[in-house]
Amino acid sequence: MADDGIQKLIMPKWGFSMTHGRVVAWLAAEGTGISQGDEVLEVETDKAIGVVESTVNGTLRRHVAEPGQEIPVGGLLAVVADTSVSDKDIDRFVTDSVVEDSGAESDADAAAPQFVEVGGRTLRYLKQGDGGRPVVLVHGFSGNLNNWLFNHSALAADRAVYALDLPGHGLSSKDVGDGSLDTFAAVLRDWLDTMELSQVHLVGHSLGGAIVLALALQSPDRPLSCTLIASAALGSEIDAEFVDGIVQADRRRQLKPYLERLFADAGLVTRQLVDDVLKFKRVDGVHAALQTVADSLIADGKQARVLRERLPDISAPMLVLWGGQDHILPASHASGLDHRCTIEVLDDCGHMVQMENPAEVNRLIANFLRNHD
Amino acid sequence: MARTLTYQQAINEALDQEMARDDTVILMGEDVAGGQGADGEMDAWGGVLGVTKGLYGKYGDRVMDTPISESAFVGAAIGAATAGLRPVVELMFNDFMGVCFDQIFNQAAKFRYMFGGKAQTPVVIRTMIGAGFRGAAQHSQSLYSIFTHIPGLKCVVPATPYDAKGLLIEAIRDDDPVIFFEHKKLYPIEGDVPEESYTIPFGEAEIVRDGRDVTIITLAEMVHESLQAAEQLASDGIDCEVIDLRTTSPLDEETLLESVTETGRVVVVDEANPRCSMATDISALIAQQAFSALKAPIQMVTAPHTPVPFSDNLEDLYKPDAARIADAVRTVSEYQAWQTTESKN
Repeated sequence: MADDGIQKLIMPKWGFSMTHGRVVAWLAAEGTGISQGDEVLEVETDKAIGVVESTVNGTLRRHVAEPGQEIPVGGLLAVVADTSVSDKDIDRFVTDSVVEDSGAESDADAAAPQFVEVGGRTLRYLKQGDGGRPVVLVHGFSGNLNNWLFNHSALAADRAVYALDLPGHGLSSKDVGDGSLDTFAAVLRDWLDTMELSQVHLVGHSLGGAIVLALALQSPDRPLSCTLIASAALGSEIDAEFVDGIVQADRRRQLKPYLERLFADAGLVTRQLVDDVLKFKRVDGVHAALQTVADSLIADGKQARVLRERLPDISAPMLVLWGGQDHILPASHASGLDHRCTIEVLDDCGHMVQMENPAEVNRLIANFLRNHD
Repeated sequence: MARTLTYQQAINEALDQEMARDDTVILMGEDVAGGQGADGEMDAWGGVLGVTKGLYGKYGDRVMDTPISESAFVGAAIGAATAGLRPVVELMFNDFMGVCFDQIFNQAAKFRYMFGGKAQTPVVIRTMIGAGFRGAAQHSQSLYSIFTHIPGLKCVVPATPYDAKGLLIEAIRDDDPVIFFEHKKLYPIEGDVPEESYTIPFGEAEIVRDGRDVTIITLAEMVHESLQAAEQLASDGIDCEVIDLRTTSPLDEETLLESVTETGRVVVVDEANPRCSMATDISALIAQQAFSALKAPIQMVTAPHTPVPFSDNLEDLYKPDAARIADAVRTVSEYQAWQTTESKN
């Protein structure tokens, strides 16, 4: 796209349903030098607010989109170029790009979720990217594959990345069996078999982290690496009231305070986010599934299964990420782990680390994966 | 998995899934099978507008055409409900409800109360509301406020395909009599609807648009007119919150009051006639419980106190629309008397 070294920063696509984003605020001023991964602006979708990171290196020459403006996916946000490029050339580039954009490329690169039958269950997954050593993203309790909205495409820049809905979650079948970690790990392993993915980098958040651990213990040959984000099963403490609240709350008013516990910044819990969780919880069978999982995971207000002492049995390299302000599973679970674990605590994040600081999480995971391919 | 369905298809799917799940669910009404005992009955029309099409073919005599005798068949459905079935009875137009008021108001609505909680009447009465159909005075009214007035009845007025399915399944599983009002102009509108069965609890209003300046409280087809008005007003810098009641009984007072406390300016939009209506009821609620938050008098946008006209031109004028709603919002937005008085002091 570059003529004379002029580069575009475009509206990213965070998830299947995103067609537009609204610019909230610029985080990098015109004239500043930016490099890949730097936070450039905040964008709001109907699901969440996120930060757009630079995909290029250079000087941020022009804010093309203004705060408040709706820009289609793929639309021009900013122009990056060397300081030697004249303002006139930048003007021409912007004019040409706007004409080009009106042709709308919105659905061209939209990856659609797929469904696959695994051992009598239907599982939904979304694949982005191609080639390389594949990555599998495993969400947490009451989550779904959209929890990776801000990470999925970034991680898929140089490899295939899969995110799936666990049984009882998202649009997968509601049957969770006994709801135990071993059951989930077995389903994950069967899914890997069905997908013909022999060895993968596993990334799990919260309950997903515990499932990744259980799988690594059941099938030591499967993981190339394990990334555990605010993972369950690394200590006994848990906000059991949160888990119970998520299971029982069936109204916006009841649910919202529990969802706010997931984030350091409670303002991230938009009405849309609450509605999405409610819509999921109101589907027949979901309440029973979540209750079964909660009953299996928690006993007397503590995590029933702690795998902390088993980490030395796992040969795959491990990256452990935590939010310093996690109200659900305390960040203290990240300390004193097996010495081979790489541990990073992100001070300004709550439990949803990958949504609250995607730039840093993506950078840490991408580097870790590259070192262990 | 969500896909796009019309409001009409969403209602059909709710009935279909509940009939498949629970064999005590039966359908009754004029022409709900539509062609019973005649040639081609398996592909019969399914109600006056085809909402129940296909169900007779699947469920046979659990879908019953009735004579044109509302007092008899609504009474029969209520009796069947007390005896253990979960009938969904269709009373074509809510305008005809008058002929069976005793069965609804004085029988179904009172059983649980008068028998000390020992009786339950899990009946759903589906019925059409709304003007704009060129149906004239006897087929175009929106009478939900009359039923909302009666303790013991639950009243549901869905505005979207998603809500229509979830609220109808909730209605069928509910153990009390539920009047389910379907706006005939909404049947063709489309929206995302999950394939799975799901329920939406009664008494939770939906905030269909977030806004800071003015609260528009509305229901049924007027939700869509209000959203259209809100979009127009947004370009003038007026940010409207739009709340869809979804159920009028029970009524989600908390969501309404919470929003009004934030905005201080309210427009209530109701397609029905204005006297003793949802519009007056909600206005009274806000005046009583959020008076100190109000920055302007509450505005109501309703039909006039006349029957629905037969003339096309008059009917169009009769119904509230986005332009009238926008005017009312501007009126409450621009209202400054209180601030002016204050600044003089």
